Amino acid sequence: MPLVKQGRLTTDLFVHVADGAELPGDGAVLVTAERFLTDPEALLRRAGKVGVIWPNNRNLDDLVPHLGRLASVALVFPTFRDGRAYSQARLLRERYGYDGELRATGQILRDQFVFMTRAGFDAFEVKKDADADAFAQTMKRYSVFYQPTGDGRVTALNRRMQLRHSESAGQ
Amino acid sequence: MYAYDELDRTLINERVSEFRDQVKRRLSGELTEDEFKILRLQNGVYLQLHAYMFRVAIPYGTLSSKQLRRLAHVARRYDRGYGHFTTRQNIQFNWIKLAELPDALADLAEVGIHAMQTSGNNMRNVTSDQWAGVAPGEIEDPRIWSEIIRQHTTLHPEFSFLPRKFKIAITAAEHDRAAIKIHDIGLRLHKNADGETGFEVLVGGGLGRTPFIAKTIKPFVSGRDILSYIEAILRVYNQYGRRDNIYKARIKILVHELGIEKFAKEVDEEWKAMGDVGLTLDHTAIEEVRSRFSYPAYEKLPHMPDELKQAAHDKLFERWRKNSVSAHKVQGYSIVTLSLKPVGGPPGDASAEQMDAVADLADKYSFGEIRVGHEQNLALPHVAKRDLPVLFKALDRLGLATPNVNLVTDIIACPGLDYCSLANARSIPIAQELTRRFANHDTADLIGRLHINISGCINACGHHHVGHIGILGVEKNGEEFYQITIGGRADENAQLGTLIGPAVPYAEVADVIEDIVEAYLALRDRPEELFVDTVKRLGVEPIRERVYATR
Repeated sequence: MPLVKQGRLTTDLFVHVADGAELPGDGAVLVTAERFLTDPEALLRRAGKVGVIWPNNRNLDDLVPHLGRLASVALVFPTFRDGRAYSQARLLRERYGYDGELRATGQILRDQFVFMTRAGFDAFEVKKDADADAFAQTMKRYSVFYQPTGDGRVTALNRRMQLRHSESAGQ
Repeated sequence: MYAYDELDRTLINERVSEFRDQVKRRLSGELTEDEFKILRLQNGVYLQLHAYMFRVAIPYGTLSSKQLRRLAHVARRYDRGYGHFTTRQNIQFNWIKLAELPDALADLAEVGIHAMQTSGNNMRNVTSDQWAGVAPGEIEDPRIWSEIIRQHTTLHPEFSFLPRKFKIAITAAEHDRAAIKIHDIGLRLHKNADGETGFEVLVGGGLGRTPFIAKTIKPFVSGRDILSYIEAILRVYNQYGRRDNIYKARIKILVHELGIEKFAKEVDEEWKAMGDVGLTLDHTAIEEVRSRFSYPAYEKLPHMPDELKQAAHDKLFERWRKNSVSAHKVQGYSIVTLSLKPVGGPPGDASAEQMDAVADLADKYSFGEIRVGHEQNLALPHVAKRDLPVLFKALDRLGLATPNVNLVTDIIACPGLDYCSLANARSIPIAQELTRRFANHDTADLIGRLHINISGCINACGHHHVGHIGILGVEKNGEEFYQITIGGRADENAQLGTLIGPAVPYAEVADVIEDIVEAYLALRDRPEELFVDTVKRLGVEPIRERVYATR
């Protein structure tokens, strides 16, 4: 599956390790929340980065204490109509200050790229090659945004008020 | 009227090109129907029985004459020459071709109309009082807040894939014409003890399979905090609303299962935890939106102009005036409702010719403005009283002066089995038959205010639960049957109707309704007692006895 990271197609350095499967000696791994929480310290001690796949129906409270030591958090879209992970993403970025990789997994189509980026995702396991190829193009679809989120894009309302301010300052 | 600026225009154009790309990918097979379905629903496109149906938003029910002409153009160019106004301030076109949809959207975008989020599991078109800004005694113009919320909910990056659809309605008048108590969030503008403007916030109303009247979650949220409070409600809903069963996914079920106190506590905790996330609306921000609304330059006119005195001898005019003309906050002006419920016609339909003609009349007599109400009628909100007689003649020629506003033939009905793939039974022919039964306007006047609402299935698009008389189509052994409720209402005293008896077959519905009305006429204690008040006073039983005694 193609991985888009920071706007570009990238080789995925993380290996998805299934529950019960043996961990590789080194290298970056993505493990399930359950596996991670069974013994976080052991996982974090090993050589190689650790990322956690966090289900969209699980409260973030158990994850938050570990955020500073995780290299990736992968949130899940079982189907693209299930939008719970958008809320999780915004909470991780905007409330808990998580600044590592935030990865979208599951049914990811190009039509969600803008929403996901605005919610704080910066890595995408994209379902279709054509969508992954179209990432940069798709991100240019919108230039106007009505809502403030943690991505820092200026909202329409703020642009209007800035405009008003500069107009009145010029008089 | 709210005037789009460059940013609003850019955004809807960007949405049109995105949708064009999505249609192209569907037609080339790059998107499966399953994938495309969600994407087209986000933009108001349903697959109906015979064709694609296209639902266009009329935010808070306000249209300019230019916009209405463009809707007429879409009806003519891409559809079969008519459109259907819905109960949520939308217009639907029933015969659109998928390949032509992007062009229709582009034509609409030129005049600031879009179809964003008119279906799908997202925040739907924000609706309000169709008399907003002109109703006497209003707290303030609720359209300012409707527009603020419209913008905030448009393409929201967190809440575009909710468990289920989500509808917000706003009222600022004592009498609720926006049916806020049957919405996911209902907002009632009022002032607190300190004179500050804010909202009573209601949550969890809705009809459908499991109807609920909304409950108050917070008696007062100040205007500056309303966006963050709505955001908190939505965040709780997005995370905890059920996704395992489509019939239990609306917020009303979550509120019901948790109980309003627990739900309110969850929302409060989330609201407090949010802190300052840029959603607080300071005075400048509110004024920025307010400044984009323009208001008519009303003249100083007499309360009773000569034209009106002279027309008073014209019985037809007087009947229409008494029925369809309402008080305006400015002296010398009136609000005129245009009935889209002609005898024998499908409720809420308007032809392209009618739309064009209404646009012309709006330019001439209503400062170029038209309103759309949830009762599926139109209104001209700023008509000088002196113009009423000439306006009446023009509307009468167009078939838009049926004097039945709020009367028994002013029926709300969904499209039903004639169009809809979800329906179990027909709605429109029932409505048409009832308008013929009660075609005598004197009889209708005698009966007084009476709302009949018809839905062709349990999804309740025709709001049958809150009709004074509600009619719900069901299917029994392959035949159309109808359950009838009485005593429902959708206003500030919103209530669900009570079943009056066993379901009746298609052919008997109009007879039963006639009998119900006759029973009411016999039982009311004075002519001014409305149907719904008689039902409240006596309960269902006396009416049931009379109607079902011989059945």
